[in-house]
Amino acid sequence: MRRSDLGEFEEVVLLAVAALSPGAYSVIIAEELEHETGNSVSTGAVHAALQRLEQKGYLTSHLGEATAERGGRRKRLFTVTALGGRILQDVRAVRNRLWDRILPNIRLEWS
Amino acid sequence: MASALNPMQPPRLADRLLRLFCAPHLHEEVLGDLHERYVVRVNRSDVAKARRRYWLDVVAYVRPEFIRRKSEQYPKPTNMTMLRNYLKIAFRNLAKHKAYSLINIGGLAVGMAVAMLIGLWIYDELSFNTYHEHYDRIAQVQSLEYGEHGVGTNNSVQYPLGTELKKNYKDHFKHLVMASWNVDNVLSAGENKVSRKGIFIEAEAPEMLTLKMVYGSRAGLKDPNSILLSESTAQAIFGNIDPVNQAMKINNKLDVKVTGVYEDLPLNTQFKDVKFLAPFALWVSDNPWMKEKAMTDWQNHFLKIYAEINPNSNFETVSAAIKNAEMKNLANFPEQARLKPEVFLLPMRDWHLHNYKRGVIDNGPMQLLYLIGTIGAFVLLLACINFMNLSTARSEKRAKEVGVRKAVGSIRRQLVNQFFSESYLVVILAFMLALLLAMVALPWFNDVAAKQIAMPWSNLWFWLACLGFISVTGLLAGSYPALYLSSFQPVKVLKGTFRVGRFASVPRKVLVVVQFTVSVTLIIGTIIVYRQIQFAKNRPVGYTRDGLLLVAMKSGDFYGKHELLRSELQRTGMVSEMAESMGKVTEVWSGNDGFTWKGKTPSQENSFGTLAITPEFGKTVGWQFLKGRDFSRNNISDSSGMVINEAAVKYMGLKNPIGETVTWQFRERPLMTYQILGVIKNMVMESPYDPIVPTIFMIRAHGGTNHINIKINPTVSASEALPKIEAVFKKLIPTAPFEYQFADQEYALKFAAEERIGKLAGFFAILAIFISCLGLFGLASYVAEQRTKEIGVRKVLGASVANLWVLLSKDFLLLVIISFAIATPVAYSFLSGWLEKYTYRTELSWWIFAASGVGALFITLLTVSFQSIKAALVNPVKSLRSE
Repeated sequence: MRRSDLGEFEEVVLLAVAALSPGAYSVIIAEELEHETGNSVSTGAVHAALQRLEQKGYLTSHLGEATAERGGRRKRLFTVTALGGRILQDVRAVRNRLWDRILPNIRLEWS
Repeated sequence: MASALNPMQPPRLADRLLRLFCAPHLHEEVLGDLHERYVVRVNRSDVAKARRRYWLDVVAYVRPEFIRRKSEQYPKPTNMTMLRNYLKIAFRNLAKHKAYSLINIGGLAVGMAVAMLIGLWIYDELSFNTYHEHYDRIAQVQSLEYGEHGVGTNNSVQYPLGTELKKNYKDHFKHLVMASWNVDNVLSAGENKVSRKGIFIEAEAPEMLTLKMVYGSRAGLKDPNSILLSESTAQAIFGNIDPVNQAMKINNKLDVKVTGVYEDLPLNTQFKDVKFLAPFALWVSDNPWMKEKAMTDWQNHFLKIYAEINPNSNFETVSAAIKNAEMKNLANFPEQARLKPEVFLLPMRDWHLHNYKRGVIDNGPMQLLYLIGTIGAFVLLLACINFMNLSTARSEKRAKEVGVRKAVGSIRRQLVNQFFSESYLVVILAFMLALLLAMVALPWFNDVAAKQIAMPWSNLWFWLACLGFISVTGLLAGSYPALYLSSFQPVKVLKGTFRVGRFASVPRKVLVVVQFTVSVTLIIGTIIVYRQIQFAKNRPVGYTRDGLLLVAMKSGDFYGKHELLRSELQRTGMVSEMAESMGKVTEVWSGNDGFTWKGKTPSQENSFGTLAITPEFGKTVGWQFLKGRDFSRNNISDSSGMVINEAAVKYMGLKNPIGETVTWQFRERPLMTYQILGVIKNMVMESPYDPIVPTIFMIRAHGGTNHINIKINPTVSASEALPKIEAVFKKLIPTAPFEYQFADQEYALKFAAEERIGKLAGFFAILAIFISCLGLFGLASYVAEQRTKEIGVRKVLGASVANLWVLLSKDFLLLVIISFAIATPVAYSFLSGWLEKYTYRTELSWWIFAASGVGALFITLLTVSFQSIKAALVNPVKSLRSE
């Protein structure tokens, strides 16, 4: 894989940002991931991943509006960059190709 | 807890924790996220669970990404660059305000120089005797005696005590040496003759005192006919050669061989005057009476004993052990036993500053040390106050600079650094100036303080002390501007609405009051000390000191030549009279009791001054008779006559003293009977501050004379007479050098200690008032500058120069008046305490205080007026034009 610097958790977070765009920020991403996976996900972990992704250039961020439940604090909103989008597609293509080779020709034997 | 009341409020403690570790620039988003999620959780489940989760969430942020602080937003110049900039600005500021800089640096430098000199002096006093390596273990053996007039200490002890200690207590001591008194002796080698003080001491002494040998060895004194010379003595006798093994004579009779030369002991040692050491046994053999009588006589105190205790022991245990060494041997000496003598050790470290005086530790030297130290600290404080006052007063001027610096991005820490580096720059400049001043003033200071202090350039402690001193002063003086000025808000300062509060000048005023309180106290003190000295100097002395020479009869060759000397001296025409006496005329050399007279009550057991003289003594010193007549050499019965002074008459209570019979029982001698021939006016022989000792002058007394008094013919000058007198002495007493003292100089020495205090106090008072006035001058100029506009407006509206002068001066005058009110009682209590110790003393008159106050006011007015009149004379057009 070309993008070896994209960790599994990072990939999921990146996907979540793309899915929740344009209002993606750490709280709803964490909530979403918790809801989807059933495991507890802390905002800290998500935030750290977001920061790393931004550093790598897959995401950009800006400060959004403040809300009451945040105690009047602004949130940092993330959007996927063009590079980020291409990386997601690359990853997905690799996976798809691999999946295509499994299905439907071979019956899956999970052990 | 507040969180318990409001369920929507997440745990505060967790927030505080987060703020602690999380980088500040992330606080907003992170806390926002946490709080939002908390609300979501509370809505979904219960509060307790949400709170628990909140903690976990917070902990999840403990990651390097969140902890790492963001780098500074602004470019970060290196410290060196900024420092260079600060120094440049500081130098420009100094150069721009020359008068202010001069006052600041000069004042501080003077204060520091004084502190430095005083520090050196105190160090010198405290390091007394530390020249000896075994300083910590050396002591003198003394005894406490409980007499009828209270407890006394005796530092001269008996020969048998030495024997006793050596025999029965030797385990306590590493060295124990007996020594003679340090008195003048004539040393001669060939034709070279000098008179030097020296002691006869046992052979272990050089080792004990760790003398630094130039030639020969410390063991040299083991030779029974040897002598160790100090370097200066050796130089005076033998010149610059190695004198070891040279033969010489002591007092023209003892043949000795030089076995070593030691480095002269420095001035801050007790043995500084000991210029030679000779074997103790030689002294004993030279004085046959010692062998005959003194070896076992517990009553004859005639020598000193020095000891070095063992390294693992201490003075208290040894003192306790030897306490009864004397008492238990006194079975055959009931008189001595009545005094219940207790032997003890006086450690070397106490010799100089904690010695005994009449049985109690004398606090005088330590008090002087504290006094001078305190005064020095005060002078330094005054200088520091100036520095602070001027810096704070000028803070308003610097406020704009602070505003600009902040506006272009200085952070507070940089401003603090700037002001500190500025104050340190000034302090360091002042310190260098102070070093220079101290160096220049040191010879003079040595003169006044009777010391031989050198600048300790190579002493590490000196430099450490200086460094500490610079840091403390810089910190003290720089802290106010650094911490206060740096807190200004740039917006306010630059908009021009900034005003220092009304009470900003209060600390400044308080400091000025402190300065003037100290100054006025010192002025009053100086005046009182001088008045006291003058008072004692004006005391009627009762004899004539002019042209009176005193010659000590140092060796046996002086004796038995009285008549010959007298006639020869008078034949020169230079000498009007000559007489011998017991001790100098400036001391009461001997005192005894045992007198009986008509009407004596049993309580009158005080001792009298008892002085043996030759018949012409009175004529020589010029005493003045109240009643009766002087001794006459033609009247043989006068040898059993006595002349007494007024004080003696008063003490005896005699109405008609002339012709009264007085008997004297001196120790075991046969009773002596005297007739009172005359009464003289009191003569100030001892301290001029003490009452006169009742004194009796006799021709036939308990001992012989030991001083020659020579009255130079009043018609000739001393310089003319001295060579002729010397010639007579050279002829008649060729074995001794002609050495003399002038009575007036000897008398003047009685005032030395007080004059020293007076001189130092005067010096400090002048400095204190000078430094205070410098500060006042600076402040006045600042105030005048600040009120330029106000003065301009007032002038335009018709105020006269006098009005303005009053306006500008009255604030300062008020401060000085307040200081005077504080200083008066302080000075009064200190000085009445000081005067207490003098029996014969001046009064604390009110006018001294008044004069000091008026003087201080006058000087203040002078200082302030210069500035205020200058400001009042400025043309208002000029001061109001610029805006």
